[in-house]
Amino acid sequence: MLDYIASCTSTHDRSIVYTSTRTKSRAPRPTISHAITVKLSQSSKNVDATREGIAVIEAQGLTKHYGNKVAVDQLSFKVRPGVVTGFLGPNGSGKSTTMRMIMGLDAPSAGNVTVNGRHYRDLSWPLHEVGALLEAKAIHPGRSARKHLLMLAQANRIPGRRVDEVLEMVGLSDVGRQRAGKFSLGMGQRLGIAAALLGDPEVLLFDEPINGLDPDGIRWVRTFLRSLAKEGRTVFVSSHLMSEMALTADEVVIIGKGRLIVQVSVEELLAQSSRRFVRVVSPDVNPLRVALESDGATTSVEDDGSLSVRGKDHKEIGELAAQLSVVLYELTPQSESLEEAFMELTETSIEYHGAATASVATDDSVTTREAQ
Amino acid sequence: MTTISPTTALHKPMPTGRYSLTDLMRSEWTKLQSVRSTKWTLGLTVVIGLAVSAIATLETTSHWNSPGSTHFGFDPTSLSLTGVFVAQLIIGVLGVMVMSAEYTTGTIRATFSAAPRRTDVLIAKTAVFGFVALVVAMVTSFLSFFLGQALLTSPAIHATLSTPNAMREIVGTGLYLAITGLFAMALATIIRHTAGSISAFVGILLVLPSVLRAFPDSIYNEIDKFLPSRIGAAVLQIGPSGHDSFSPWVGLLVMLAYTVALLVVGGVLTNRRDA
Repeated sequence: MLDYIASCTSTHDRSIVYTSTRTKSRAPRPTISHAITVKLSQSSKNVDATREGIAVIEAQGLTKHYGNKVAVDQLSFKVRPGVVTGFLGPNGSGKSTTMRMIMGLDAPSAGNVTVNGRHYRDLSWPLHEVGALLEAKAIHPGRSARKHLLMLAQANRIPGRRVDEVLEMVGLSDVGRQRAGKFSLGMGQRLGIAAALLGDPEVLLFDEPINGLDPDGIRWVRTFLRSLAKEGRTVFVSSHLMSEMALTADEVVIIGKGRLIVQVSVEELLAQSSRRFVRVVSPDVNPLRVALESDGATTSVEDDGSLSVRGKDHKEIGELAAQLSVVLYELTPQSESLEEAFMELTETSIEYHGAATASVATDDSVTTREAQ
Repeated sequence: MTTISPTTALHKPMPTGRYSLTDLMRSEWTKLQSVRSTKWTLGLTVVIGLAVSAIATLETTSHWNSPGSTHFGFDPTSLSLTGVFVAQLIIGVLGVMVMSAEYTTGTIRATFSAAPRRTDVLIAKTAVFGFVALVVAMVTSFLSFFLGQALLTSPAIHATLSTPNAMREIVGTGLYLAITGLFAMALATIIRHTAGSISAFVGILLVLPSVLRAFPDSIYNEIDKFLPSRIGAAVLQIGPSGHDSFSPWVGLLVMLAYTVALLVVGGVLTNRRDA
């Protein structure tokens, strides 16, 4: 797991980008931006190229206390444009709180988070810059979907026809005039996504967008998020499902108990989690285990009494068993699932959390973990 | 090229400047007129106001010649406006809901995502609801007057708009009703929950006067005039004699001052609290 840490690169040349962003938001928008978008979507294929220098969302030492409960604990991460960044953690690990702090809805107890280099509160046209689905059905049940979107659009001078456009995009045109109280959870999610898209923003935040969706809806969201990223947008999406993020995200920020565990590309995570091991079932594992370990392999006894062996393949183990005259019932090469890798990561964070008493510095939280 | 950041390569032009109070007021207007409760409560404010005035004036007319009835100091304008004391509860409920529904439904997070400068949101909401409340309050006040006067048939005496003090009472009553609605909205800005805000509102209007009555007269007579309900009564020049009251206009200013003070406290809290 410590291998992941290498991927958490830290960049310090973002100030230039931020300055230019500020200048631009006041100047008339040049048509050249189309060219930029195309360029970006090409370069976004090269993850390492965009990883340097550009962080659209940046959290530094972000902390939130509710009373004496710590919801988010010195969290630092960066979200880049042109890729889908997954925000992974078990339920209650602080994902939604972090999202709300990005949106300026909850004030951090300590630390800082910026979008395009500015605090959310200071954005000139928030919906044009950031779109968010924070929770499904946070809508007045007596208001129609259309009016809900219209009142948001008006606040940021977005023309009314855009409301119909986004309703069309999420497939709610037919029910736009119905009261939102009648909507199913899935329809509520779609309406929330429509609201996020209203200002055609460059930065999109989605908190658990597939909750309540049917398989079709899930596939739709997955494709949709990927296409938004392909257009060069910044997509930050939270989930508690590692398997879902493996399909949707290019990169993941994994947190547990409000703390950063790791920020890593899904590719690297997959490489790690496809670590192979061999499942060995035998009535007499101990001699085999001793022999394997003295030969450099690592072994562990699972709950069902089977032996998991890493560092030796099934042929080597079979030959060794024959030499020792150990009876084998089963000898199966296995690969670790992503879910297991995720569980392992988050469980470690809980152990780590219980063991660590000293506070960990903001930007160094990852490297500090390395030292553990 | 250096002035263009690829991180904000948008596909359409953004407006210049930043979102303004006008944008937010347009948004608040849409919010207000897009839920049924607004139309219901505003309609009820007028209807109940008129109904109570009708009952009061009909009752007076039918007992006009009863033995022993004296009509010294009878004010037909004031009588026709008594429905306002019921109507204020309904417009207050709307005032509360305009604000508390944002919190109870979670709409507030969408609102503050679109407009993170919360003070501006509060100003826009106050302006839009204040305007609507004022229009409805004036309609209620004037219609109550005309209906009541029409029902005060001979031998009862009635007033016209040119009767001394009539205009002042009608307009004053309308202002009182509108300010009371805003007062309720301001309470909800602080309390955020619908039930709690309505309880506080009703408590201040109806319960507080009885509670204060438990105090010795010397104290009660001093603080009585500061109660919103007494201010309302003073606008109509009704109420127990021998008590010190503010004059109608001063009373309305005091009521407005309460509302502004509550809004300021609510504004500070709104900016400080997590949405």
